[in-house]
Amino acid sequence: MLNFTLRRLMFTIPTLLLISFIIFLILDLAPNDPTGNLPLTIPPEVREKIRASLGLDAPMYIRYLLWCQQFFINEPLNLFNEWFGWCIGDCEGRLRVTSWATRSPVVDLIAERMPQTLWVVGMSYLVGILIAVPIGVISAYKQYSWFDQAGTFISMIGFSVPTFFTGVLLIVIFSVWMPNDSFFWLPSIYDTTLEVVDWSSFGQQVRQMIMPVMVLGLYNAAQISRFMRASMLDNLSQDYVRTARAKGLKEKTVLLVHVLRNSMIPVVTVIALGIPQIFGGAIITEQIFKVNGLGQLLIIGIQGADIPLVQTLTFLFAVLIVLFNLVADVLYGLLDPRIRYE
Amino acid sequence: MNFKHLIAATLGAGLMASTAIAGGHAAQGRDGNVSIIYWQAASILNPYLSGGTKDIDAASLVIEPLARYDENGSMVPMIAAEIPTVANGGVSEDLTAITWTLKEGLLWSDGTDVTANDVVFTANYCMDESGGCQQLAKFADIESVEALDDLTVRITFTKPKPFPYGPLVGSTTPVLQAAQFANCTGEAAPTCTEENFNPIGTGPFVVTEFRANDTITMAANTNYREAGKPAFATLTFKGGGDAASAARSVLETGEFDYAWNLQIAPEILADMEAKGMGTVVSGFGPLVERLMINLTDPSPDLGEARSTVANPHPFMSDIAVRQALSMAIDRPLLVEVGYGKAGNVTCNVLPSPAIYNSPNNAGCEVQDIAGANALLDEAGWVRGADGIRAKDGVRLSILYQTSTNAVRQDFQALIKQWWAEIGVETELKNIDAAVFFGGDQSSPDTFQKLFADVEMYANTFDGTDPEAYMGNWACSEIPSPDNAWLGGNMPRFCDPAYDALVAEMSGTADIEERARLAIAMNDMLMQTYTIIPLVHRGNVSARANTLEGVKLNVWDSQLWNVADWSRAE
Repeated sequence: MLNFTLRRLMFTIPTLLLISFIIFLILDLAPNDPTGNLPLTIPPEVREKIRASLGLDAPMYIRYLLWCQQFFINEPLNLFNEWFGWCIGDCEGRLRVTSWATRSPVVDLIAERMPQTLWVVGMSYLVGILIAVPIGVISAYKQYSWFDQAGTFISMIGFSVPTFFTGVLLIVIFSVWMPNDSFFWLPSIYDTTLEVVDWSSFGQQVRQMIMPVMVLGLYNAAQISRFMRASMLDNLSQDYVRTARAKGLKEKTVLLVHVLRNSMIPVVTVIALGIPQIFGGAIITEQIFKVNGLGQLLIIGIQGADIPLVQTLTFLFAVLIVLFNLVADVLYGLLDPRIRYE
Repeated sequence: MNFKHLIAATLGAGLMASTAIAGGHAAQGRDGNVSIIYWQAASILNPYLSGGTKDIDAASLVIEPLARYDENGSMVPMIAAEIPTVANGGVSEDLTAITWTLKEGLLWSDGTDVTANDVVFTANYCMDESGGCQQLAKFADIESVEALDDLTVRITFTKPKPFPYGPLVGSTTPVLQAAQFANCTGEAAPTCTEENFNPIGTGPFVVTEFRANDTITMAANTNYREAGKPAFATLTFKGGGDAASAARSVLETGEFDYAWNLQIAPEILADMEAKGMGTVVSGFGPLVERLMINLTDPSPDLGEARSTVANPHPFMSDIAVRQALSMAIDRPLLVEVGYGKAGNVTCNVLPSPAIYNSPNNAGCEVQDIAGANALLDEAGWVRGADGIRAKDGVRLSILYQTSTNAVRQDFQALIKQWWAEIGVETELKNIDAAVFFGGDQSSPDTFQKLFADVEMYANTFDGTDPEAYMGNWACSEIPSPDNAWLGGNMPRFCDPAYDALVAEMSGTADIEERARLAIAMNDMLMQTYTIIPLVHRGNVSARANTLEGVKLNVWDSQLWNVADWSRAE
């Protein structure tokens, strides 16, 4: 198992390097210009100087190698310096990956946005799982009952109605129609500067998270509950279930211990593979509620042709996806005794 | 105890505190918090490193220029004691030097004195070649900037400047503190994250926390020069989302006090306003949505010579065609469809400030399809079997390009239909804004290359002086492969008489005379139908009904007078 994991980890290094190069190529070939969104009143020769000051006049491979150096060497060294106080090399003058729009280190921007993305998108994933698993189990156990039909209907809606519709609908109901002094009124704009220090600020935090979390949670629950139901159905018709029942085990034990455990194997994989999405943020939902997390950072970077920012973010997502694929594989081996990696 | 009680209790306590202060006299910070939403989030608070309006406006809360434009477009001194003119001796007789005197006793928000050295430093900061300063154009033709004493600065130009108020006037070029930015000049400019996020200024607010592309929180500047201002103790500047949700947060949910740039469908905005929580405010600068006619041949067969003056356009060189295209357009309908309150019909490319608005081109307000048809008939353009006019084998078939934007695509569809009615075939094309307005040399789709017959976009100019803007249509400004497609003369218009007017304006200081010249240039462009103006576009913002003192300013930052804002009783 350890050998397998190590082997796979070694293999991720060339994969990720290749991915980083492909991302760079795509961004470089895209007909986009960081000065394109500047007002027309800025004359072209000034634009040319701005581009030169961003290093855009260097050849492509040099810019790629520069990014590699900044990201793979300078950024980790800087992390060591900040966390442990170890100073290796030139700590002050070290060039870090710097966003063109904000002129600040990209990694700091990402760190600043991580909390709200993890809170909102992560919480919605958790809520989604908590809703989806019971619905999936009951739907499968009582197949074609009214509960199953209703569950199918809701997950179909959750899956097919886009979040930009449900999000705005909730805002109209709970922020616009609801009187401002009502207990049920919810803020339509997420306050990222809110610090939870006492019960009242905790209450505010909960209130501003309800709508984005529910919108995303519904979407996640819809997906996972379908997997859960299908996997339960597969297992319910297996011989071992009949054996368990024949042994005289209680129905509850059969369902929740034997069937559920086995059915969770593919669902856990799906859940693990979905985790990188949490870090990717939910671009649309974040925009609607102004959560301003990683998704919004990425979209602003793309619109402004902020190549270092987009490159770094996309690459980090790639790292997470590759890693969680590995995690899913390892979990598979742990959960399913039939699967062994040698 | 539930949340509702807690919130009510907190609010109550806050309210009592604020009324207690207001009970005394007009003290600074008596009105609590004011919240502003810009749906484009601010990335940086240093306008020299960002051309974005959102960044310039956010920075205008903290750092101030020597003088600013008010809502009528007149200059008001900020850091300076008064506006230098030839009459008061501040501008030299030969128009090559301007001398600014700073207000006495002015303090930075950190308590140190503002001196002439800060002004000199700021000018040199931007003029440093390696810094990538985005406002460099404002510092054109400067020979030297020097401090005569602690409060006096003289800017000397290399040639006479009839309008010497370019550098350090307006929110795009505020004065930075020399002590703070001393190590941030030249190549180090972009690396000074801390300084660029938290500039020390003389404005009504100071930054307490800057979260790039998200939220800025500010507090009143205790060293602000006017007692009792600003009325608000803290300010929240939130970014993100889209124009519609920003409008909703002011007009419908009341979460914010001020929302910027609400370019959304006019009927939606009117519906939101009907809820009665806020008011839509609009103002008109010189921004005009226009059609640029390509006077040169954009045919791909020409290779390198495509869209260059070497080959005149096969049918656009006929003034009758251009005039007919303009006559066929129903401008009032375009305004209604696209902009509502935020648009006016215009027949000039220079409609504002008012003194420059030409009275000579009023005819375009009314659509005249019959007249356009008659004009084309008379010029010998005959309808073929397919209904498209042709002459000597040249068909009136137009490629019409613009940037991707819902309103612009509506305009394209409408105009295509009107042109069909006068026997002109139109093919539509839209290009992503970042590509269209981007300067990518390898892309054939930039607005400078204009590989099309007609293109549509909006343009404007900074401040109130149109000299540089009208200079865009001189022969020397024609984009071509020789100058790497730089220049603002998209129609490739070239007339020695126009160039003469441009030259005359650059040597004329008298404002009436300058207005006459600008109008003459505008009329020349309008009466040759080289540029076809469509809509005079305004800025639309919204304020909560409880927010007082908002004066929408199109000549400067929209937040220019935030020091005067207050909460209604």
